[in-house]
Amino acid sequence: MTAFTINGRRVDVKADGDTPLLWVIREHLKLTGTKFGCGIAQCGACTVHVNGEPTRSCSTPLKDVANKRVITIEGLSPKGDHPLQKAWIAEQVPQCGYCQSGQIMTAAALLAKNKKPSRDEIKAHMNGNICRCGTYNGIVRAIERAAKGA
Amino acid sequence: MRNRIKAIPLSRRSFMITAGGFSAAVAFGGTASTALAQAAKPKPFSPSAWVTIGADNIVTIVSPASEMGQGVMTSMPAIVADDMDADWKNVRVVQAPSDAKSFGNRLFGGAMITGASRTTQGYYPVLRTVGTQVRQVLLAAAAEQWKVPVGELSTEPSMVVHAKTKRKISYGALAAKAKVPEKLPEVKPADWKPFDKCRYIGKDIPRVDVPGKTNGKAIFGIDVQPPGMLYGAILRAPVEGERPERVDDAAAKAVKGVIGVVWLTYGVGVIADTVEGVMKAKAALKVEWSTSAKARAYDSDKVGQEYLATARDLTKKGVDVEKHGDPDAAIAGAAKAITAEYLSEHVTHACMEPMNATAKVDGKKVEVWAPSQSPTLTQVFAARTAGTTPPNVTVHTTLLGGGFGRRADWDFTVDAVNLAKTVPGRPVKVIWSREDDIRYTKGRPLIGQQVAVGLDANNNIVGWRHRVVGCSIYARFSPAAYEAGKGKDPPVHEGVEFQYAFPAARSEFIRDDRGVSVHVWRSVGSGYTKFAQETLLDEVAKLRNQDPVAFRVSLLGKSPRAAAVIQEAAKMADWSKKREGRALGIAYSDTWNTHCAMVVEISLDRASGEIKVHKVWSAVDPGVAVQPANVAAQIESAVMYGISGCLTEQLSYKNGEPQQSNFHDYQVLRMQDAPEVQVKVMPTWKDAPGGIGEVGTPPVAPAIANAVFAMTGKSLRHLPMTPARVAAALKA
Repeated sequence: MTAFTINGRRVDVKADGDTPLLWVIREHLKLTGTKFGCGIAQCGACTVHVNGEPTRSCSTPLKDVANKRVITIEGLSPKGDHPLQKAWIAEQVPQCGYCQSGQIMTAAALLAKNKKPSRDEIKAHMNGNICRCGTYNGIVRAIERAAKGA
Repeated sequence: MRNRIKAIPLSRRSFMITAGGFSAAVAFGGTASTALAQAAKPKPFSPSAWVTIGADNIVTIVSPASEMGQGVMTSMPAIVADDMDADWKNVRVVQAPSDAKSFGNRLFGGAMITGASRTTQGYYPVLRTVGTQVRQVLLAAAAEQWKVPVGELSTEPSMVVHAKTKRKISYGALAAKAKVPEKLPEVKPADWKPFDKCRYIGKDIPRVDVPGKTNGKAIFGIDVQPPGMLYGAILRAPVEGERPERVDDAAAKAVKGVIGVVWLTYGVGVIADTVEGVMKAKAALKVEWSTSAKARAYDSDKVGQEYLATARDLTKKGVDVEKHGDPDAAIAGAAKAITAEYLSEHVTHACMEPMNATAKVDGKKVEVWAPSQSPTLTQVFAARTAGTTPPNVTVHTTLLGGGFGRRADWDFTVDAVNLAKTVPGRPVKVIWSREDDIRYTKGRPLIGQQVAVGLDANNNIVGWRHRVVGCSIYARFSPAAYEAGKGKDPPVHEGVEFQYAFPAARSEFIRDDRGVSVHVWRSVGSGYTKFAQETLLDEVAKLRNQDPVAFRVSLLGKSPRAAAVIQEAAKMADWSKKREGRALGIAYSDTWNTHCAMVVEISLDRASGEIKVHKVWSAVDPGVAVQPANVAAQIESAVMYGISGCLTEQLSYKNGEPQQSNFHDYQVLRMQDAPEVQVKVMPTWKDAPGGIGEVGTPPVAPAIANAVFAMTGKSLRHLPMTPARVAAALKA
C-alpha cells in the first residue's frame, strides 16, 4: 500500500511500488486526463505535479510519491478555470487535444516559478512536450496570454 | 452570392436520391438523451435522426465524422445549424453511432470513414440539405398552428417569426406539438441559405471539443473504462508475417492477476486484471517465431535503391495514372532533357495516443470502443474476428488522439476482439506501447520516383514523365477499390495529376510489394509526388532564368484560383526581398480540390547540413470555407507535420525489423524548431468546399528544398532531408 494525496484527496493504493504512477492515476484512480504517450519520459503527455514539480508520471514509480502531493489536470483548478485553461480556450489551442493536459501542466509549472517568461524561456521550458498536431504557436500564445493576466 | 455544387455535380434526381439515402428525420419533443437513445438504436426501415429538437429548445445534432483534431465535430453540425437557423448556444453535438446507412460519407461509398480530406467535401451538400429540410418542416408546422401562409413566415435563431402579426414561437415550443411529416420536403441547393445570410458557415465559432481538452474531461479511446474491464496486450512477431512457433508462458502466467495467454497467428496475447500486470506478463513471454516471412528480406536502404532502379528502367511498365499527348516522343525528340530521381523513406504517424481499443464479445454481439477513423471497417473486421456479422457490432467512436490516416486501419480493434472473445461478457482494453505503435505501424510507403522533362531550345517544357514505384496501399487496405482502379492506387500516386499546362505528360505507377504493410499518412502520395514535381519545376525555372513564382503562374493560365494563391503567398512573404543568411522557397499543391501555395524562409548550417525553417506563409483557397479560422489552423498543423516528416522522421527496416521504436530515435518536431506560420484563407464561395486536413503538408518539403536550391544551387532529392544527406548534397 502506498499513501499519497492526489488533487488534495488522500489515497491509499495497493498496486506494487514499482507500478508507474501514470497507470495508478489513470487506471486505479480513474483520472484519465493524464495521458500515456511514450512510457520513457520523452513526450510529456503524462506530466503531473509532484510536490509542485512537473514530473513525468510514466517514469515515476508509485513508491516515489509516498506521502507526497500529486496534482493532475483535474486538480489544477477547482472549475477548470486556471488562467492557462482559460487562455487555452481563448486561443483555441487544442486540435486532437491528447497532449494538452501535459502541455498545460508543464506550462503551469513554468508560470508558478516565472510569472513573466520570455518567449525563448517558454520554448525552452516546453520543448519536452510533443504535440503531433503542431499547435506549438498556439501554446506559446496561450501561455503569454495567461502570463499577461488577459 | 449563389449556392452551387460544383466538385460533386449532381442532377436534381441524383441529388434527391442521395438526400433520401442520407435522409434527415426530425424527431420532435425529445431531448438530447432521446437523440442519444435513438442514435444508439437505429430503427429498421426508418431513417435515424440527424437532428432532435427538445421541448427544452435544445437542438441536438449528430456529428458524422471522427474528431481527430480537424474540427469536424464543430464544423459539420454548424452547417446543419446554419441552414435550420438553430441558435448555436442551444445546440448540443453527439457523435454518430455506427450506422453507415444514416451517417456514411458518400465519397467513401457510403461508409463511415474519416480520411482523405473528404469529410467536408462529402457531407457539405448533405448537411446543408438536412438543415434546410428541418427549417422547412418547422415553418410548415408554425404555418399550420397559426393558420397562416408559410410564405409569410421567417426564422430567427431557433424561432419562427410571423412578422405581420408580430408573433414568434421557439423551435422547442413547436417541437412539443408538431408532427414529423411522412415525407421530408424536397430541397435543391438553390434553397440553401445564401452565404450572406449565414450565421455560422464562413464565420468562426469556438470548437465544441476544446473545453474538455483543457480540463481532462475529454474521452479518448484509451480513457474508456466500462465496468468489469480487463486489460490485454499482444506481443507481436518482430517481423511482419511471422508466427509464434513455441511459447513459454510460465513466467507470464506467474505474474499477479494474469487471466489468460492467447495464441494468435501474428503474436501472443495476455489478459490480466490490471494494466501493469498485463505489461509485465507481456514482457515475460518467451516466444520462438517462424523465420519464413517475405518481409524477412526487407531492408529499406536496399529496397529504396531497387525502386529507383525500376523507376529509371523504362522497360519496366506500370499503370498509366494520367496521360495526354505523347510525352515519350516529346522527351526523346527534345532539345534537352532533364532526368531526376527521388527517394522518400517510410514515415510513421506516431499519433500522440498510441493505438488502442476496447472490445466486449457476448455471443454474437460485439461492442467496440475505439478511437477509429473508420467505424464501418471496424464493424466489418470486428465481426470477422468474432465470427459474427457487422450489424451485430456496435462501435462507440471516441475522440481520437491523432489519426493522420493510421486509425483508418483496424488492427488495434482486431487485437481487442481477439482477446475479448476468450473472456465472453468482459470488456478487454488493449493499449499498444509506444514501441509497438512505432514498430508495428503501417507507415507511408517507401517510394522511388523518376521524373523526366523534355525542353525545347528556349527551355519550354514539351514533355513530362513521372514514374512512381512502391508498394500498394489499396491492395491491402481496400481490395475492392484496388480492383476497381485496375492497378491504379490513388493514395500512393496522389498528386501526380497535371495541374500545370504541359503539352504532353504521363504519370505511371509501378507496384512492387515486399511484404511490409503500408498505409495512408497525412497527405500520402502528394507528400512525395509534389516534392518531385515542385522541386524540378524550380530547376527548370532556373534554366529559363525565370522567377519560380512567375514561372508557375505562366503554367497555370487555366486556373486563376491556383495563380491567385501563388501570387498571394509570394506577396505575404515579400518574395523579392533579399534576406541575409536566409532564403525563400515556394511550392504549390492542388490536391483534394483545394489550392494551397506556400513560401518558407530557411537558414542552413552548411557544415552540418542542418536546415532550420524560420517562417512559413501560406495562401489557401478551399472553395467554401466552412470555418475559416479552423482552415488556417489545419494548414498550420499540416505545416508542422510536413516539416517534421521531411526533415527528421524516418522509419527504416533491416531484415524486416523496424529500427526505430520511440520518440528518442523517431524524432518529431518540437516547439523550439517550430516556425512562425501565417495563413491567409481566400475562399471562393461559388465553388464547392475542398478538403483541408492534409492540404498544408505537400508544399512543405518542396518549398524547403527549393529554398536550399535558391541558396546553394544544390538539389535535394531524398526525404527526409536529414543533416547528413543535406551535407552530402552540398559537397556533390
